[in-house]
Amino acid sequence: MEHRKLRIATTSLAGCFGCHMSLLDIDEHLFELVELVEFDRSPLTDIKQCAPCDIGLIEGGVCNAENVHVLREFRRHCKTLIAVGACAINGGLPAQRNHLDLGACLQEVYCYREGLDAPGVPDDPELPLLLDKVHPIHEVVRVDYFIPGCPPSGEAIWKFLTDLIAGRTPRLSYPMLHFD
Amino acid sequence: MSRQFLFDGRPVPFEEGQTILQAARAAGHYIPHLCWHPDFPPHGSCKLCVVKVAGRHVSSCALPAREGMEVESNTPEINAERRTLLQMLFVEGNHFCPSCEKSGNCQLQALAYDLEMSAGRFNHFYPDRPVDASHPDVLLDFNRCIFCELCVRASRDVDNKNVFALTGRGIGKHLVVNAESGRLGDTDFAADDLAADICPVGVILKKRVGFAVPIGQRKYDEAPIHTVAMARDE
Repeated sequence: MEHRKLRIATTSLAGCFGCHMSLLDIDEHLFELVELVEFDRSPLTDIKQCAPCDIGLIEGGVCNAENVHVLREFRRHCKTLIAVGACAINGGLPAQRNHLDLGACLQEVYCYREGLDAPGVPDDPELPLLLDKVHPIHEVVRVDYFIPGCPPSGEAIWKFLTDLIAGRTPRLSYPMLHFD
Repeated sequence: MSRQFLFDGRPVPFEEGQTILQAARAAGHYIPHLCWHPDFPPHGSCKLCVVKVAGRHVSSCALPAREGMEVESNTPEINAERRTLLQMLFVEGNHFCPSCEKSGNCQLQALAYDLEMSAGRFNHFYPDRPVDASHPDVLLDFNRCIFCELCVRASRDVDNKNVFALTGRGIGKHLVVNAESGRLGDTDFAADDLAADICPVGVILKKRVGFAVPIGQRKYDEAPIHTVAMARDE
């Protein structure tokens, strides 16, 4: 009997794309993976909107309004939503801005830095506004699983996905479980 | 005839006055802990050493062993409670392991790995306590403090300098430096004090030595804390 391929969507919110690079670090397992799954919206595909999916992988915390919209879109369409990496889990290193005043931060970069041609904080409505703090994704939507690491190793991501695809409860052994 | 109690179903001998944690440890059984240290009296703040005795959850670092006690430690129920305690500690502070010099050598992190904690799950507090870099050899990052008081105890009782204290109440509790200025640089604290080495997490850091140990060779890289702690007697 022909099994329907699982659909996976991925995105990077306030991420560095490092978790996606780690996903690519599964190397030749990628060939096995595409036998098992099809990719929906992802930085690796050209799909603009998330369709109903089995698994959503989210990298990065939530730092601006667009991140919130994308995250909610993923939650609406993905049966299982996974926080991948330190940023999605606890805000990560970008959350180190949480004790700074946002206005002062923007002015420091866009107004006071030396060598600026036209100082001024960008204010085009096309640009998403920053949130005053960076948040883990579980503070915005319900999250089913967390894969820690900055980034998680390719091995950990592969183990997690293959467990999930096979219907097992994903579990990372000691060497695969790390926060750094 | 030595007296004994049952630890996870196995007989453990003890001497009068020994706590459950001490006796279990002497018999080779690890009980997770953060604020307990063999050289100091029990502190009882971290609660990681919780065990179940006669249906009640108690701190094994503080409860004296008694003949015939039945102690449950390594069970799904108790480990789930420990995991929740760890998650509370993680969200209360700024535990951004990817940029912390203590990563790989940190007891809080190692316990989280050992108990398979994957995320903090609670909402994060993101405390804002400024770093104290006033001392020439040592740096303090107060946002990682878990209030175990080991530095307070080591500095007061062993170094005889009384450099640290906890102050404030409730979530406002925090570590302070006993100097009029509140700055470490204005005390007689030294990098070879016991208090400089005893922090189980990444609050008290020696300058200019961060990230010196390659990944793979750090304290908890190869073996989990339940193995390392028993081997090193800490």
